[in-house]
Amino acid sequence: MNRLTQLFRSGTPDLLNVYFTAGYPRLDSTVPIITSLAAAGANLIEIGMPYSDPMADGETIQRSSMRALKNGMTLDLLFEQITEARRQTEIPLVMMGYYNQVMQYGPERFVSAAAKAGVDGLILPDLPLHEYRQDFRQLAEAADLQVSFLITPQTSEARVREIGAVSTGFIYVVSSSSITGKSGGITDAQQAYFARINALDLPQPKLIGFGISDAASFRTACAYADGAIIGSAFIRALAGREDDVEKATREFVEGILQPVA
Amino acid sequence: MKNPGIDVDERGYYGRFGGAYIPEMLHPNIEELRANYREMTADPAFKKEFDALLRDYVGRPSPLYYAKRLSEHYGAKVYLKREDLNHTGAHKINNTIGQILLAQRLGKTRIIAETGAGQHGVATATVCALVGLECIVYMGEVDIERQAPNVARMRMLGAEVRPARSGSKTLKDATNEAIRDWINNPENTHYIIGSVVGPHPYPDMVARFQSVISEETKWQLKEKEGREHPDAVIACVGGGSNAAGAFYHYLNDERVRLIAVEAAGLGVDSGESAATSVLGTEGIIHGSRTLLMQTDDGQIVEPYSISAGLDYPGIGPLHAFLIDSKRAEAISVTDEKALEAALFVTRTEGIIPALETAHAFAAFEQLEYGPEDVIVVCLSGRGDKDLATFTKYLDQLKDRDHE
Repeated sequence: MNRLTQLFRSGTPDLLNVYFTAGYPRLDSTVPIITSLAAAGANLIEIGMPYSDPMADGETIQRSSMRALKNGMTLDLLFEQITEARRQTEIPLVMMGYYNQVMQYGPERFVSAAAKAGVDGLILPDLPLHEYRQDFRQLAEAADLQVSFLITPQTSEARVREIGAVSTGFIYVVSSSSITGKSGGITDAQQAYFARINALDLPQPKLIGFGISDAASFRTACAYADGAIIGSAFIRALAGREDDVEKATREFVEGILQPVA
Repeated sequence: MKNPGIDVDERGYYGRFGGAYIPEMLHPNIEELRANYREMTADPAFKKEFDALLRDYVGRPSPLYYAKRLSEHYGAKVYLKREDLNHTGAHKINNTIGQILLAQRLGKTRIIAETGAGQHGVATATVCALVGLECIVYMGEVDIERQAPNVARMRMLGAEVRPARSGSKTLKDATNEAIRDWINNPENTHYIIGSVVGPHPYPDMVARFQSVISEETKWQLKEKEGREHPDAVIACVGGGSNAAGAFYHYLNDERVRLIAVEAAGLGVDSGESAATSVLGTEGIIHGSRTLLMQTDDGQIVEPYSISAGLDYPGIGPLHAFLIDSKRAEAISVTDEKALEAALFVTRTEGIIPALETAHAFAAFEQLEYGPEDVIVVCLSGRGDKDLATFTKYLDQLKDRDHE
């Protein structure tokens, strides 16, 4: 069974999904980051495929992506690294990137390489729904890869339902109208939006992302969803920690999971 | 009325090029625009306001000038479509006038734009001043330096110029920053894209606003040559908005050769180039499926051209379609040839063309044509903004003479 399905069926509350950019801070950081995140208590991991022009991402992720590309990260190498990490952990793994990367690699070849490496899901924020329906959904389903889509506070109810109808993975609930990497508390307006989405009773699990940066915002987000996604805050925590990525990762996850006073 | 150009399909594709590859955060803005642009711009009140501003504010129609000395030199009947005589000095204002009227009808109060050479930034800042809207222009740090006069003009007009510091710090990066701004401001802001690039509906919308160029060319040529169609139209292509406008009414007229001139930079094979149709492959850039310069892994390659307006790693999906289907011919011209052509046109006709436009003139030596052929060159902009580059070039020529 797909590891994401298994995780969601287990009923584990407050799922922690941590994003990192593959190839940052070092080209060979992927395996130690994945195994340390799993050991420290993350429930699933989002592996960012570094991209030259990450439209939906803020400065933090863009910089880490530039660095990763400079370090020499490629999709072939990343699949090798994921294969190696998969030998050491059963934590669900999701790859996140931009559709041009998949298109150039070849959608069929990409999906089969990801499945073979032990990936469980994909997030491709700029893949249009109609193109997904036409070709990609079938490819992904045949390889048992779940595909997640994003919704935002501006997404109409009709469209949320449309996304709910085709999304095979969790729903990525973007917390606010912004790019990634903004921090600050969760406002009343955001909480009202989370409640509105919950009232729609979508069949998929929901994870809240964007702007989740510490233990407090993680707890608040979890009150409205099955869990939350942290990305930029983790990338920032890795800055300058090239030589002790494992320790930095552990400390970060412990900081998020610590009880909030 | 039948569209004289080429219609995109319902999802914004020209053949297999175009579409809208955008993250969900952009969807509401793009959808609002897509749902409204055709109807709003077809409204007689909109057309009336648009036409009046083009006439009284921009100074249209722009002349179609028979360039006698250039004709003698090139050995063809050369006409120049004088977009350089528009208010603000380039074709860019045709589009910004259209989009600002649209933004007003959509109830937007804040305008953002990207700019390369600064012509689009100036044209945007100008229309914002005209209607009294806040204006923020994103511009690559490298371009801010090489196009200082336009930066000063934008500031004079009350726009805030924000430097894009990522990547190559040029047009591509300014576009990324503008898109991010739009994501962060999903309700009150309209993004005025300056070229026929970006997600649907931008390529089609901008092409329609620029189509006034070929609409006028038709009747002007009829007056001068007794026929509406030339034998060829030549235009430079970065994203391709002046080319889209100059080609538009001839797209379905196979008698007219359409010649798109790209920037070869230091040479197509030099690694420092922006000749997308030669170096590009099919992929996605700024929300559109088109030809772009990229690695095997789909990473977008940094382009290079001496001309900030052509320094872009993609081309609009309409041009990808035209080149792919062989309807248009693509030619690439190096920095050196463009500079030579700029100087030559200046001293032959007394017109200083923009560096971008100079590429179009340099295409003549690569083309075959007959002495009776009528050739329209879209003189997309004037070269005042490039005087620093031209001066440097003149100094180099002088040094060469002394050696």
